[in-house]
Amino acid sequence: MASAAARDERSFLARHGGVGLMAALVLLVLAASVVSMGTGAVPLPPERVVRVLWLAATGAPDAISAGDRLVVIGIRLPRTLLGLMVGGALAVSGALMQGLFRNPLADPGLAGVSSGAALAAALVIVLGQPIVTFAAAALSSWTGAAPALQGGGTPFALLPLAAFGGGLLVTLLLYALSTRNGETRIATLLLAGVAIGALTGAVTGLLSYISDDRQLRDLTFWSLGSLGGATWDRVVTVAPAILPVFLAVPFLARGLNALALGEAEAFHLGFAVQRIKRATLFLVSVAVGAAVATSGVIGFVGLVVPHLLRLLHGADHRTLLPASALLGGALLVGADSLARTVVAPAELPIGILTAVLGAPFFLWLLLARGRDLSA
Amino acid sequence: MSALEARGVHLAAGGRSLVEAVDLSVAAGEMVVVAGPNGAGKSTLLRLLAGEARPTRGHVLYGGADIADLPPWRLALVRAVLPQSAHVAFPFRVHEVVQLGIDGVGRKLPRAARADIMTGALEAGDVLHLRDRLYQTLSGGERQRVQFARVLGQLRAGMRTADAASAPILLLDEPVSSLDLKHQSALLRAAHRLSREGVAVLAILHDLNLAAAFGDRLVVLNRGRVAARGTPVEVLTDALLHTVFEVPFRVGAVPPAPVPFVLPFEDAPPAEKAAMSHRQPSRAD
Repeated sequence: MASAAARDERSFLARHGGVGLMAALVLLVLAASVVSMGTGAVPLPPERVVRVLWLAATGAPDAISAGDRLVVIGIRLPRTLLGLMVGGALAVSGALMQGLFRNPLADPGLAGVSSGAALAAALVIVLGQPIVTFAAAALSSWTGAAPALQGGGTPFALLPLAAFGGGLLVTLLLYALSTRNGETRIATLLLAGVAIGALTGAVTGLLSYISDDRQLRDLTFWSLGSLGGATWDRVVTVAPAILPVFLAVPFLARGLNALALGEAEAFHLGFAVQRIKRATLFLVSVAVGAAVATSGVIGFVGLVVPHLLRLLHGADHRTLLPASALLGGALLVGADSLARTVVAPAELPIGILTAVLGAPFFLWLLLARGRDLSA
Repeated sequence: MSALEARGVHLAAGGRSLVEAVDLSVAAGEMVVVAGPNGAGKSTLLRLLAGEARPTRGHVLYGGADIADLPPWRLALVRAVLPQSAHVAFPFRVHEVVQLGIDGVGRKLPRAARADIMTGALEAGDVLHLRDRLYQTLSGGERQRVQFARVLGQLRAGMRTADAASAPILLLDEPVSSLDLKHQSALLRAAHRLSREGVAVLAILHDLNLAAAFGDRLVVLNRGRVAARGTPVEVLTDALLHTVFEVPFRVGAVPPAPVPFVLPFEDAPPAEKAAMSHRQPSRAD
């Protein structure tokens, strides 16, 4: 039948379009990474960055000058990798949360991860010193050994861990609050999230109120977000949290597609809806927890990236989720290059940049294409 | 053995019973219409039959097997549900929405078979010409037809996949509420044809004329209980209209002139329906 053949061809083209989009996004990620690694106090042309990476990857690091090796491999590559992971985690989490809430305005912070992480971070920054000192003293009196952490040491090593734990804890609390008889009510989750967010925000506010000048400055910088602390150590710590999320996410795509029809309809189609909700919340809390723990709160990536991709290639989560990971990573790495250059030699907190660029863009999307985005 | 059976199902919520002691069965090849006033428990009963809600007492069985013991994907293989609401979050295209119905249940089918089902479903819903439109840009009636195509896609995919342990079941919750006359008739005729292919069809309808025209049997619910059941001729009486629906309507009586009235001319008894099916029914105009 001629009509059937025409339809087959069209669906092939549709799939081809998805492959094209992915290829374009991979190129974008590579381009953004190379530009980012060439940007900074010692500018490097792209071909030199690529040559250094190539030599390092092919096991001939001796052919690279010590300076290039330090700058590209030692300093900028971990920062770029961290940016890709954090940006990807935020964007994927945004897409997941929007799918779960069936609302294009949902963002990764909605399930309390960000607010919980922020509270835990504030606790560490403001009260960490006395707690650590106290704990060390208690421990030494208990074991009779010398305290491991001496007075001058800052508790900053604890910060990512605390932020990660805080985020997970608040998400768990929200999940428990909104689950009755084995069914999580999404509307309750949203409202409880708002309430818990206000509560943790108040406590975080109280902590900044009692903080001294240095702590206040640390808090502010943390809450604005930055990739500044990127080291290989940090990359190695974050990767085991974020990369498995990227691998797991495609398995949720069909379920989230079905969920767009409604919870009952997804069940009618044969999906175990509660399992999808639980998995989504868990993956988001791990990914966002890890992202926030290393880089502070970075807004708008999780909101804007999935939107943009839905306009480009439709709402199918099978494409949307991996594409979000790629575009989110590329955007954050690009924004980070900008953050390092606009006020060089100082560095602009990246959260400011993503908001300054993201908010007007989002507004434009809403005004220009809003009819296509919402029902 | 009935394809779909409810045995003494109760559902209570918030200290109120919504469905009480309902027994009901639909055989393969049969179309049963559930009618009743607002709040009678029709949609709640449908949710119980779909497996979406668990009865507080009683059992729902598909092909003799209690559905409480079956996982969602097994239910989806033999049972499709057309919902009342037709909201889709996010800008999906029409063929993507229909695909959702086919893909989950029919993921093991070859591509060609799925494409076949897709075309058939789009045609049955009369939405083939809309296949690349964004769902959000459609009218209410068009959306309902797309949903019908999706449900049909799931049913067909299930019929080709299932190990045929149980007859396919189609549940329709007010399927014609936002359709024009032509599409009301077309959708219900499609559902009726499915029942003749061996599907157990259960539809909630408000229009008693349509219920009488298409239902092999009617079940009338009132306040969560079965108020009447049987063939349309047995069930639709002046007394029922008074007591259950609380309207002064009369069955089979022409209203006094000069009020014009329009009725579907599909009211042949079930036995004659098959014989009539190749003829185009004339309009009652």
